[in-house]
Amino acid sequence: MEAILFYLTALVAIVSAIFVIKCRNPINSALNLVSTFICLAVLYIMLECPFMAAIQIMVYAGAIMVLVIFVIMLLNLGSIGKSSNSRGMAAGGVLAALMLLLTNAFLRRGDVSGTGGEVTSELIKSYGHTELIGKAMFTDFLLPFEIASILLLVAIVGAVIISKRDV
Amino acid sequence: MISVHHYLLLSAILFCIGIFGVLTRKNAIVIFMCIEVMLNSVNLTFIALSRHVGNMDGQIFVFFVMTVAAAEAAVGLALIIAFFKNKESVDVDDFNMLKW
Repeated sequence: MEAILFYLTALVAIVSAIFVIKCRNPINSALNLVSTFICLAVLYIMLECPFMAAIQIMVYAGAIMVLVIFVIMLLNLGSIGKSSNSRGMAAGGVLAALMLLLTNAFLRRGDVSGTGGEVTSELIKSYGHTELIGKAMFTDFLLPFEIASILLLVAIVGAVIISKRDV
Repeated sequence: MISVHHYLLLSAILFCIGIFGVLTRKNAIVIFMCIEVMLNSVNLTFIALSRHVGNMDGQIFVFFVMTVAAAEAAVGLALIIAFFKNKESVDVDDFNMLKW
């Protein structure tokens, strides 16, 4: 049952990721990207990370994709007829295939051992995933958390300045 | 039974699809979306290995990747709008104002 769900979700994720790069119209690409994000959220739930699935839906499929679709509609981008030349396409395909071969070889040679950390399924069930995330974030990762808030502030100011001034 | 290898392989496939899109598409917004696909595949790797190893640190890292992706979306789309105001195009072949 779990295997069927995994393969189905993985298939939908891969097919919609392919459609992201194949669709002529950017709006179709954006909607397929939302589909990929939702499939990844399903996989996060299968990995027993419900909090990550929730913020994947809210931040990625919600906030970021709304921003992207807003920009596409603001600029009124239709289908763009001009496509990449076949030589560039072939070079990109060869590079992507080489990357896939490399990661595949790495996965086959690699030994994913070292299990047995303190966070187990029982702990997540009894303690709660969000509680575990919050405890780690506000004790061990407090400084990175504060730096992330400064990064977001800088991004907000930068976005306003860039889109306001006549460059 | 689904092992961590399945998740890592899926993530590798998604990452390579993203690379292919970044290298072949001309539309700047589509390239931006392909970068999002690549970031998400890395997030899947982080979460799968974090659950496999039994440690919370990978999932905290995913949180920061999402923060950086949100900042990148805001600034990147503002840059695309500013570029479109000048050149009436989002084709990356027209992004040549810094070329000597």
